[in-house]
Amino acid sequence: MEKCNCRNSQLSAILARYTGQEGALFNVLQDAQELYGYLPEEVLVSISNHLGRPFSEVYSVVSFYAHFRTQPRGHNLIRVCTGTVCHIMGALQILARISQELGISMGGTTRDGAFTLGSLPCFGACSHAPVIMVNDDLYGRVTPGRVPEILAKYSCREALTTSS
Amino acid sequence: MQIYRGHVLVCAGTGCVASGSRNVQAEMEKQLEAFNLDKEIKLVETGCHGFCEMGPIVIVYPEGIFYCRVQPEDVKEIVEEHLLKGRPVKRLLFKNQITEEMVPHYKDIDFYKKQNRIVLGNCGFINPENIKEYIARDGYEALAKALTQMTPEQVIEEIKAAGLRGRGGGGFPTGLKWEFARKAPGDKKYVICNADEGDPCAFMDRSILEGDPHALIEGMAIAAYAIGSDEGYIYVRAEYPLAIKRLKIAIAQAHELGLLGEDIFGSGFNFKLNIKEGAGAFVCGEETALIASIEGRRGEPRVRPPFPANKGLWGKPSNVNNVETFANVPRIIARGSQWFADMGTEKSKGTKVFALTGKVKNTGLAEVTMGITLREIIYDIGGGIIDDKKYKAVQIGGPSGGCIPEELLDLPIDYDSLISAGAMMGSGGLVVMDEDTCMVELARFFLNFTQMESCGKCTPCREGTKIMLDILERITKGEGKEGDIELLQSLAETIKSTSLCGLGQTAPNPVLSTLRYFRDEYEAHIKDKRCPAGACTALASYRILEDKCIGCTSCARVCPAKAISGEVKKPHKIDPAKCIKCGACIETCKFNAIVKQ
Repeated sequence: MEKCNCRNSQLSAILARYTGQEGALFNVLQDAQELYGYLPEEVLVSISNHLGRPFSEVYSVVSFYAHFRTQPRGHNLIRVCTGTVCHIMGALQILARISQELGISMGGTTRDGAFTLGSLPCFGACSHAPVIMVNDDLYGRVTPGRVPEILAKYSCREALTTSS
Repeated sequence: MQIYRGHVLVCAGTGCVASGSRNVQAEMEKQLEAFNLDKEIKLVETGCHGFCEMGPIVIVYPEGIFYCRVQPEDVKEIVEEHLLKGRPVKRLLFKNQITEEMVPHYKDIDFYKKQNRIVLGNCGFINPENIKEYIARDGYEALAKALTQMTPEQVIEEIKAAGLRGRGGGGFPTGLKWEFARKAPGDKKYVICNADEGDPCAFMDRSILEGDPHALIEGMAIAAYAIGSDEGYIYVRAEYPLAIKRLKIAIAQAHELGLLGEDIFGSGFNFKLNIKEGAGAFVCGEETALIASIEGRRGEPRVRPPFPANKGLWGKPSNVNNVETFANVPRIIARGSQWFADMGTEKSKGTKVFALTGKVKNTGLAEVTMGITLREIIYDIGGGIIDDKKYKAVQIGGPSGGCIPEELLDLPIDYDSLISAGAMMGSGGLVVMDEDTCMVELARFFLNFTQMESCGKCTPCREGTKIMLDILERITKGEGKEGDIELLQSLAETIKSTSLCGLGQTAPNPVLSTLRYFRDEYEAHIKDKRCPAGACTALASYRILEDKCIGCTSCARVCPAKAISGEVKKPHKIDPAKCIKCGACIETCKFNAIVKQ
């Protein structure tokens, strides 16, 4: 609860920083997502109240851009590149293998909250296709066979961070 | 100033970082110190060299020795043998794929030989986080020349005379665009850089942002002077964190030296530059959508006219150009329009940077003079097709472009020749495909992309791309019907002619061009329920060849669906009902005993 109050005061600071600026909504949303990890409905409501803009308008901006999330994300974010080169080099097979290993489909989060599976059309690392990104680590020339080994690195890390 | 006898350039572009250049750089720093060379040899972190395939790349000057695929464990040898004893490490040199000869020098490598690196001239050569290195390469000289020796009208005339056209895809004459913005009435005007490189597999703008950010800043400042603006925005894709970081550093350094800000070069000209991060919407590459996004709204395009030149950001006259376009500007102003106009074809001047990727041996960024043929790019620069398979097509211009079949490989590339071939320059992505790529599936892939990215404002694009995608999905699943091709064609024509913006107007291009050149593949899917390339999963089946299978059981162990069974040392079998067609078995079989049909 304490943590929550602290975040709320940080949100007020973000709102105060952009108030009166042209195009403030977009910047507020970006910073608020950075703060909360996603954009919960109550945060959107307070942004809407504070900026004096209808909730529908705030939500219409949130739902338009792929970067804005209204659901919490897992501890590790896996993003499969779905750009053209990765596609012709077998991105779908990689995606299928990850889905199978984790038991989730695109956009889903594992029950233990360890992984969220997403995609991105091109990281610009086409020379290393097919590419996947786990958090900020980029893996190139991935094969379905390498998937369990890559995922294992993060399952361990997850276990370590929770135990410490 | 410290003088060094040599320089070690380590590439820190996204491609090389992905293959581990950060560790190479850290190890280099450590080893230079260990051998007491840190006062003699300077370590420089550079932007992208373009030859991402061979990363991490390390270049040693003054010799210009090019090392590729360098790993941290190789660093000690480079330092000890090359930097200390003067003997280049042969095993790390680039090897010519045909002659197998070692090629020690950057400029002799086939990948670079046919290139004409002007816009990319500084990328990989200077430290992008140090403005002095840009200035040492004549940086900001063009801005000084424009501000102190030329009128805004003369700058516009110079760009017009050079024949520079928009590098973002449309190919609209840049000078003319500037003139519209200059003539538009208004006391406040904006210069906007479209760095929302949304085309999948085009990454030249990122390379410029990461490798030579000052070229963009200088180009934008010159444009601002020409149109009478004092403020600019760079709209960057949020997926480019390194580019954003380097732009911020570059802007701060330019401010510090008075190259941005108030009264630049004592000319009375002021220019302020802001960065705006995108939020992942492809349609924001369209200029009116981009402006809406900067204003903090949904990035939906609007009807033009009024064009942004008259009514743009916050309703003020605005000029939007792409990164590569702006990066050409300082070079044109410094060297003169004639120098630029002497390169290229009659209507397309200068160079174009292409992102060469896919089933080609050498992948990366290639800057070539307009008018070069695709064959030269794919075979001379790209080194031909991987595993010497058969070339099928190259997709040019991403989801808005089209494919070019083998019979058109000798077409000289420029804006107009590509349009007549049913493709377009787009941002310059070149994805090479071999016989294993299914063209119907490729068209489905692009339609899936445009359909997801359609903003939904206009009906033809929102509904039309969805229906086209449904049809293509059916065809690739073997459920195509007689009349589907005609329906696709008719939908495509309607969407092209009635959509609001460039996204919808070009979305059907991949379908139209694959139909134009590979109609037989569509027919094979529809009539024979067969995918000639063997790529469409629903139409494919996996089979174990009994005479080749030795019963090693590795496929059965790797199969995630437990679809493979058999006794040890006896041929195995795949149960088609259980098989999920993931291909893991083919990947693991050492005896080529599994085939996909």
